[in-house]
Amino acid sequence: MPEWLVTTILILVKLGFVFFLLLTGAAYMVLAERKLLGRMQLRYGPNRVGPFGLLQPLADAVKLVTKEDFIPSQADKFLFFIAPGIAAVTALLTFAVVPFGPPIRLFGREVPLVICDLNIGVLYFLGLSSLAVYGVTLGGWASNSKYALLGSIRALSQLISYELSMGLAIVPVVLMARSFSLTNIVNAQAGLPFAILNPPAFLIFLVSVLAESKRIPFDLPEAENEIVAGFHTEYSGMRFGLFFVGEYINVIILSSMVTVLFLGGWHGPLLPGIVWFFLKVGFISFLFIWTRGTLPRLRYDQLMHFGWKILVPLALVNVIVTGAILLLLNPAKG
Amino acid sequence: MNLYQDIKATAQAYWITLRNMFRKPVTIQYPEQKRVPFERYRARIVLTRDPDGGERCVACYLCSAACPVDCISMQAAEAEDGRRYATWFRINFTRCIFCGMCTEACPTRAIQMTADYEICRRDPLTLVYEKEDLLIDGPGKEPDYNFYRHAGIGVVNPRGQGEEERPPADVRSLLP
Repeated sequence: MPEWLVTTILILVKLGFVFFLLLTGAAYMVLAERKLLGRMQLRYGPNRVGPFGLLQPLADAVKLVTKEDFIPSQADKFLFFIAPGIAAVTALLTFAVVPFGPPIRLFGREVPLVICDLNIGVLYFLGLSSLAVYGVTLGGWASNSKYALLGSIRALSQLISYELSMGLAIVPVVLMARSFSLTNIVNAQAGLPFAILNPPAFLIFLVSVLAESKRIPFDLPEAENEIVAGFHTEYSGMRFGLFFVGEYINVIILSSMVTVLFLGGWHGPLLPGIVWFFLKVGFISFLFIWTRGTLPRLRYDQLMHFGWKILVPLALVNVIVTGAILLLLNPAKG
Repeated sequence: MNLYQDIKATAQAYWITLRNMFRKPVTIQYPEQKRVPFERYRARIVLTRDPDGGERCVACYLCSAACPVDCISMQAAEAEDGRRYATWFRINFTRCIFCGMCTEACPTRAIQMTADYEICRRDPLTLVYEKEDLLIDGPGKEPDYNFYRHAGIGVVNPRGQGEEERPPADVRSLLP
């Protein structure tokens, strides 16, 4: 078999694996969330479709597909059509740079368990998460509805604000790992994960990531009891489904970013690397759900206040302190 | 300190939700598990019979008048022996709010409420109950009560021979 064919097949297999994993992961994330939230509220959650409600995502998908695809009159049709796609595709694309396991040996060659090990993986992630804002904003803008517009305005300002602190929380990680490549960052955490070496950055990143995912307590863009459903008020059927799936893929992506950047990726004792990676991602995803079950929604001014007056200055101070410490530790390299 | 309080409160909130996750849900899973209603639970209405097997309802229209949603209707008639009855009696359960006013108004304990709460149908018209759907065989609550034994209108017993009745006074004997 020629070399290029093996490479292509390997890439396709990896792509299929990741695609399948992300989509089923997102679908079952919905089920897990509904179940866990139910248990937190002393309910059972969905348990009618299939054993333990395990076929619920399938039933939901069938329902969403068979729903009427409604377009509001005077909506901007083109933007209305592509907005959910942007939301879902940017979420999916981000996983391309996430290394989900240590390199394995297949057909006598080293296969890294990452679709594309970009040397600027961190920037790629930040760029795509900025692009994801467009899906939300354009969706709300094109809907020709006041609630949707309010939701998208909120989403826009919230995501931009928290992207700043998120980026600033990554800077110490890049400083410590001396690389923008996510694989190198994971390898730099072979000893101690950065969450222990730099807990302030970890906490800032965690909070910013919660805000980035537009979920409780930062779900102002879709605050149900204020603005109906925010940016996706006018969406129905599979278009709403795309927003929905995008949100849950985003949760998985952000959880894996937390894992890769701060929890040491696939590094861990005893178990194989890929198991460790998914355990950590699962734990952070559980943290997302747990938070949703626990905290109330912030007020809008509190959200902005918290982002700009607390998180960003903290992150800036953290960057300076981390840089200074690194410089003191090995002045030769600095 | 304020920050300390905030962190403590947040941690407590997380602890409570985590603890609740391992508690038994309070949900009653309806079709499999059924809730046992309380003794005086008010649900589906029935028409009872007196201990002798006759219909208790005397078609006095009091339930119908008391009903706040006007779900009871009937047509009164009188039998040969002076016993009043309803030729037809209809309760529309799509309207009934199970308030119990009809049972309170009923002078003969004919209309009573049962604990049967499972009345939902796909076709609302099947919820319009006629007299034969409403009548049950037993006396329900107050099993010994028979209106005509106390009424003194001479249906069960001749006039003046009811249970708490003295024979009618001969007016002429009272003359001075």
